[in-house]
Amino acid sequence: MRKILIAATAVMIAAAASLSGASAADKLKVGFIYLGPVGDFGWTYQHEVARQALVKEFGDKIETTYLENVSEGPDAERSIEQLVRAGNKLIFTTSFGYMDPTLKVAKKYPDVHFEHATGFKSDKNMGIYNGRFYEGRYIQGIIAGKMSKAGVLGYIASFPIPEVIMGINATILGAQTVNPNIKVKIIWANTWFDPGKEADAAKALLDQGADVIMQHTDSPAAMQIASERGKLAFGQDSEMIKFGPKTQLTSIIDNWAPYYIDRVKAELDGKWTTDNVWGGLKSKMVVMAPYTNMPDDVKKMAMDTEAAIIAGKLFPFKCPIVDQTGKTVECKGGDHLDDGQVLGMNFYVKGIDDKIPGK
Amino acid sequence: MQLVLEKRAERSNIIALVSPLIAIGLTIVTMSILFAILGKNPISALGVYFIDPLTDSYSLQEIAVKAAPLVMIAIGLSLCYLANVWNIGAEGQFLIGAVAGSWLAVETHGTDAGPWVLPAMLLLAAAGGALYALIPAICRVRFGASEILTSLMLVYVADLFLDYLVRGPWRDPAGFNFPTTAEFDPVATMPILIQGGRLHLGAIIALVVVAAAAVLLGRTIKGFEIRVVGAAPRAARFGGFNSNQLVLLTFAISGALAGLAGIIEVAGPVGHLQPGFSPGYGFTAIIVAFLGRLNPVGILIAGLFLALTFIGGEQAQIAMKIPLDVTKVFQGILLFYVLACDSLILYRFRLIFPSRQVHRGTA
Repeated sequence: MRKILIAATAVMIAAAASLSGASAADKLKVGFIYLGPVGDFGWTYQHEVARQALVKEFGDKIETTYLENVSEGPDAERSIEQLVRAGNKLIFTTSFGYMDPTLKVAKKYPDVHFEHATGFKSDKNMGIYNGRFYEGRYIQGIIAGKMSKAGVLGYIASFPIPEVIMGINATILGAQTVNPNIKVKIIWANTWFDPGKEADAAKALLDQGADVIMQHTDSPAAMQIASERGKLAFGQDSEMIKFGPKTQLTSIIDNWAPYYIDRVKAELDGKWTTDNVWGGLKSKMVVMAPYTNMPDDVKKMAMDTEAAIIAGKLFPFKCPIVDQTGKTVECKGGDHLDDGQVLGMNFYVKGIDDKIPGK
Repeated sequence: MQLVLEKRAERSNIIALVSPLIAIGLTIVTMSILFAILGKNPISALGVYFIDPLTDSYSLQEIAVKAAPLVMIAIGLSLCYLANVWNIGAEGQFLIGAVAGSWLAVETHGTDAGPWVLPAMLLLAAAGGALYALIPAICRVRFGASEILTSLMLVYVADLFLDYLVRGPWRDPAGFNFPTTAEFDPVATMPILIQGGRLHLGAIIALVVVAAAAVLLGRTIKGFEIRVVGAAPRAARFGGFNSNQLVLLTFAISGALAGLAGIIEVAGPVGHLQPGFSPGYGFTAIIVAFLGRLNPVGILIAGLFLALTFIGGEQAQIAMKIPLDVTKVFQGILLFYVLACDSLILYRFRLIFPSRQVHRGTA
């Protein structure tokens, strides 16, 4: 009897040892918090694509976990902490609303490293990263200005925060370089992801005479509506050409994979430090989908603009910037607005015949 | 041969007790099959869902944090539903309560206001929620408007009002124009009960609410009145009970409780007011109320159980890479079986063998 007990204990210890040896020994656990479902074909999908790129790049060296559809309310802090408690050492929280919860958890677990997307608060173990999507929007503005026969653009906006305002402004500034009288109609959907609402907004914009649709919401719904009506549209966050093969002009693609690979590599090498990265076309955090459904001269114009931005010769917010009221905005960055001014942007540029909600 | 659902002569007490157990049993069987199809070990998956969250203090605390607002709102709703009054807008009252309480937190932000701030916030929130709930109640009593529609539509009004405040007058001046108020001062936040965790005073308030509701319904004339008006309105009229007054009362109580839950959520786990801070607690609480059979203790159990499935579902995503949708399917199946089994309390299955003649007649 005693022998059996000893044998059994030995087997159990061996089993336990082999289990922990296989899974926990030197694998780095990397966690992700997603705002939407992984299949939204937009924002969350692009983060998921980058996570898969991590798995491909590092294979057995890392183990990744994600939590999807995490609301930006009281649940976020728990979801992040659950990842910490499950042993994740590097955690990406991929929406603005996770900023304060991430900071709270980061203060509680100083040994774990956090990466928060699109926010403005950081800590010694919490870095922040974001894309200069406005660079892509400027190019889209030029294309839209050229392609719109009516001279009216339709813009589905999400929330009146600087990220979205700067996108609208960059679009209009781009469009004005080719059509000084361009008009834009804006609908606030008050959501990041709601295909039904986005589709309704697209219909309303088309009914109001817009013939090129663009959006700062995450689903391909607007593209599909524009496609049904035979109008033109831009994709958002990801390549959406399959939702409108004859509709999509281009799309601003969020390309997180190089950054994620870089950060995981740093973590594996023990060299991770907090950072604040705002990457654009140049660092390929923002990538333009192929320019389609447009004449060659427009295509060339778009490509030249893209090259000029990458080369640092062209700034979408180059001075002088005149706001709606006709006042010239102070120019803090030499010949263009500095990053602080862009990050806190809370005014419309001249030519937008609308009002920022709540202002 | 025909299978019919036949009304029982009287409700079966045995089935009433066993029905939730049958429902849980059927859910476990169905989920085991689903897990097996997904290629996961059903035993360990169910263990992650139901057992693991109960084994460490952190998860237990999180279950209580999640359950507290659900239970509080559901208790208020159960009073309405028992009186045959249909408050569907608890979500709106939840938001307005949060707004009313946050007003004081925003006003006193950065001043050296004393510890009176939090209790005052709780009172304001309860009053705000109650007043907001009285709008549909008065519309029904005065104009006969359906409270189902009016209370539901007021949810969107509350949502947009909150939105306006945090984007406009209450916006954090140091917040880069993002729609949120400043972080509340320590005197305006719920005290934490266990150091290092998130369990806050709200859990205790929820328990007090459960006890108070149990006393109200079981031991007072008002509670009796609520139940009689709901179950037998004619008898209640003969008994001299004023049903209009009861509409106002139940709406006010449930609004106050929802409002209280709202400020507790904002001053507790969230720490500031922001749009979309509620994951739909006001609507989920309707499920909790019915799952708990409109009984205070039942609601407490139902709230804890639903919270368990949330926490367990999250742990299943992490530990077993089970998608979130499976958790939702799981909650849906549970609700489906509970309702299905409940109908067995009042109804029973019977097989009917029709005679040949009848068969020919219909053919």
